Amino acid sequence: MSSEHTNPAQSTALTGRDPSKSFQDMILTLHDFWAANGCVILQPYDMRMGAGTFHTATTLRALGPEPWNAAFVQPCRRPTDGRYGENPNRLQHYYQYQVILKPSPADIQELYLDSLKAIGIDPLAHDIRFVEDDWESPTLGAWGLGWEVWCDGMEVTQFTYFQQMGGFDCKPVAGELTYGLERLAMYIQGVDNVYDLAFNQHGVSYGDVFLENERQMSKWNFEVAETDALFDLFAKAEAECRNALANDVPIAAYEQAIEASHVFNLLQARGVISVQERASYMGRVRDLARSSCEKYAEKMAPEWAAKYPEWSLV
Amino acid sequence: MADFLLELRCEEIPARMQAGARNELEKLFRRELEAAGVAVGDLTVWSTPRRLALIAKGLPSETQAVREEAKGPPVGAPDQAVDGFCRKNGVERESLETRDVKGRATYFAVIEKPGQAVSDLLAAAIPVIIRDFSWPKSMRWGEASISSESTRWVRPLSGIIALLDGEIVPCVTDGLGCGRTTKGHRFHSNGEITIDGADDYAAKLRDAFVIVDHEARADIVREGARKAASEAGLALVEDEGLVIENAGLTEWPVPLLGRFDEAYLDVPPEVIQLTARVNQKYFVCEDAANDAGSLANAFVCTANIAANDPAVVVDGNRKVLAARLSDARFFWELDQKKTLAEHAKGLERITFHEKLGTVADKVDRVAKLASWLVFDAKEPNGDHNLTRQAAELCKADLVTEMVGEFPELQGLMGGYYAAKEGLPREVADAIRDHYKPVGQSDDVPTAPTTVAVSLADKLDNLLSFFKIDILPTGSKDPFALRRAALGYIRLVQANNLKLSIDTVVHAWRGNRDAALAEKLTAFLLDRLAVQLRDEGVRHDYIAASRDWGSQPDLRIDRVEARARALTSFLGSEDGANLLAGYKRAANILKKEEWNAAPDGLGEEDPLALAGKPEFDAAMGGAKDAGLSYTPEKAEKALIDALDIAAPKAADCVRLERFEDAMAALATLRAPIDAFFDEVTVNDDDPAKRTARLDLLARFTRAVGNVADFSRIEG
Repeated sequence: MSSEHTNPAQSTALTGRDPSKSFQDMILTLHDFWAANGCVILQPYDMRMGAGTFHTATTLRALGPEPWNAAFVQPCRRPTDGRYGENPNRLQHYYQYQVILKPSPADIQELYLDSLKAIGIDPLAHDIRFVEDDWESPTLGAWGLGWEVWCDGMEVTQFTYFQQMGGFDCKPVAGELTYGLERLAMYIQGVDNVYDLAFNQHGVSYGDVFLENERQMSKWNFEVAETDALFDLFAKAEAECRNALANDVPIAAYEQAIEASHVFNLLQARGVISVQERASYMGRVRDLARSSCEKYAEKMAPEWAAKYPEWSLV
Repeated sequence: MADFLLELRCEEIPARMQAGARNELEKLFRRELEAAGVAVGDLTVWSTPRRLALIAKGLPSETQAVREEAKGPPVGAPDQAVDGFCRKNGVERESLETRDVKGRATYFAVIEKPGQAVSDLLAAAIPVIIRDFSWPKSMRWGEASISSESTRWVRPLSGIIALLDGEIVPCVTDGLGCGRTTKGHRFHSNGEITIDGADDYAAKLRDAFVIVDHEARADIVREGARKAASEAGLALVEDEGLVIENAGLTEWPVPLLGRFDEAYLDVPPEVIQLTARVNQKYFVCEDAANDAGSLANAFVCTANIAANDPAVVVDGNRKVLAARLSDARFFWELDQKKTLAEHAKGLERITFHEKLGTVADKVDRVAKLASWLVFDAKEPNGDHNLTRQAAELCKADLVTEMVGEFPELQGLMGGYYAAKEGLPREVADAIRDHYKPVGQSDDVPTAPTTVAVSLADKLDNLLSFFKIDILPTGSKDPFALRRAALGYIRLVQANNLKLSIDTVVHAWRGNRDAALAEKLTAFLLDRLAVQLRDEGVRHDYIAASRDWGSQPDLRIDRVEARARALTSFLGSEDGANLLAGYKRAANILKKEEWNAAPDGLGEEDPLALAGKPEFDAAMGGAKDAGLSYTPEKAEKALIDALDIAAPKAADCVRLERFEDAMAALATLRAPIDAFFDEVTVNDDDPAKRTARLDLLARFTRAVGNVADFSRIEG
């Protein structure tokens, strides 16, 4: 990664992009920015998941010594946050923008602030602050230190230096940025209701795209989903994860862990998991995810160690 | 003499860790320099979110040369021993000197330690300070973190300034070299700032929009927030914790006042204040003029920039607060859709402790105990039905949305919801206040219903955990049992309660359990001793008061009253002298192994006997009547004084009038002094000796009945 950042905002005139007027322009501007700064621009992982951190480009790539710089949008599913399209801020499906930079560059904060400028946030007009917020995911055997970034008191980004993943020290440490896209867009566009966001500059709103989806999916999440089938899916994902682990394909195993995690969230939304059972289900998901990460790290370790003699798994 | 400046610049340090970091920096700097023989005077240590700075004025530029001598083996010792001595001291054998030690020629090594440049010592100390620095949480970062052993810091370390009298101290830590450049405010300053030394550091940073002195920033936040409020005709709700937190979040603090929609004022003010403070670090304001004391629809946020247009920043913050308050109002309204009794059913799903069942089980126990307190024990004398109702509902708010969001509002929200659904005021107040007293400055409840529920809640916590052998150990008290004990004590004190722990235990578990009662009482008395220490009541005075008769006193109010009376008595001249007389008498009896008790009382409990004829005769009867000789004057005077004082003191003790009991003892002071001055106890006449030892025994018993003076130290 070069230390000279490229600011694609300067090229706005050419592309006609205006992040302050369109959700998709904001995303495309972030893509331009991070692409110009050496990231591979990935597409969303094609599975249902609760957070961008679950994407293998984040979790699995945080392991090992190889440099890795990537940016992508990840749709997130949070079944219990569904509000049938009636709450201006809460959605059961929304977007996160993830950037992962490994090793964490010395100027990572400046890079991040430049990305905010690119989408139209002037730090002399808005009060940008880094407020302590550490991150921990027992499910992934992972933790890190960092901040939530405030813009005039609103949390717009989670900024984390990964210290451990899958129970292993991150060597080297990766910096992870997670932008809450809808929130940022609402701020930049000056809109109080997520469904009023302009999706593009041609009259399509966020509501046009997603409102009906939120209504139907909220209903399905809370009321319709066949719980016996979900329990069955959970069991099958768990079994398949074990099968993949036994056959030394940990990436496939990890996918099944993601699946189990989401099915568990659906069961929660259906209200069929008691308080006592909850801890046990979470433990099972944690087991799958951790085992997959561990297996992946162990499988890759000889190759990594050969390329990076100064590196070791533990 | 030289001035030293150290700046450790890093990414944003959590506000809550900055005070500790300043102490740590000072401690390690002193440790390293003093170990190297450099005297360190006053230090200035500053912090901002992005830097720690230390200035040491008047350091020497060199340490003194030191000449040390080490005594070695005698001349003629085996070569091995001499060579070992040389190796240990780093000298050649030829350079050893020979001296005479008590007539033996002995080798000495002379070691010259030249003075060292302080700059070199600092260059060695800085990496050690960074390495040994203890943060509550620390991390690795960057390329170096490919090794687990890379430098750890609270957030990535980005630059070091180390200047001694303006000269760079050459040191390197993990690729970061020391220099003289730093950075100013993240947004108000561009590029690097060059520092000449300790003297221009703060001023140059100020020019770059960084106020490096954390106290100066705190002043700006405090004064600025007050001013913003008063300019709007409001009064700031002072909050020193917020002042310090905001000073720790900013390098250039700018307090700004904003307004929120008045409609949110329907939500309880505590909720608004907590939402603003915890989630957003905002101050809140009260109306200053006509409606003084009530919350105003205003907040003060602290920006870290001198914004182009402050109104834009304020408006952004207003929107965030509005969204938070909207959530709070949603919870407030949602929670009221159920009665507290309906909420309370949810407690069956919450585990109180794995060995102690659910919170619903706990509530049953508390309700039973609270009812017993007001109905059977009449301590306090309150309404039975109201108390029962309050106790049954006291934990219901734990399952409300609002308390789920803000656990610190437990109790308070229950009180609000109880009032909203029209429950009697006593019930709502008891639900609201039953956790009290929590902090030292917290009010202690006095309303009977509240007192009963509060006592029952605390007693149930204590008894439940004691029953399963969970007691606090050292600094570990995960179930806050010490706080519960102190709360119980303060309730007893404020309401003059005379509860005996054995009856409490009986009511709580349905049968007597002396062991549990004594365990709890001992724990309570330990807390009482800690509480009363500040008032000058010594722990040994409490020890002297902790038995009633020959049994542990299970009423802590009585122990306290007695210990307080002892404190004032022993603080008087009479008391101090009487104690000396008691100790002298006790020593004589011990030396003579005199434990005969001719009046037949022996080790029996005199209080149990009080009022019975044989007791009164023993305590007050004219013992000298039986003497086979004519007592000396001082002996007679002591006998007469005891005849009056002993029964009087015993009566007063029985009536729990401890001050009066001590006053009765005070009348013995002159007679006992005179007795020791004028009467020989160990008379050659065995009859006199026996009678006088019995008299001293009687004296110590009379004194000992008021308090156990043998437990008093010094």
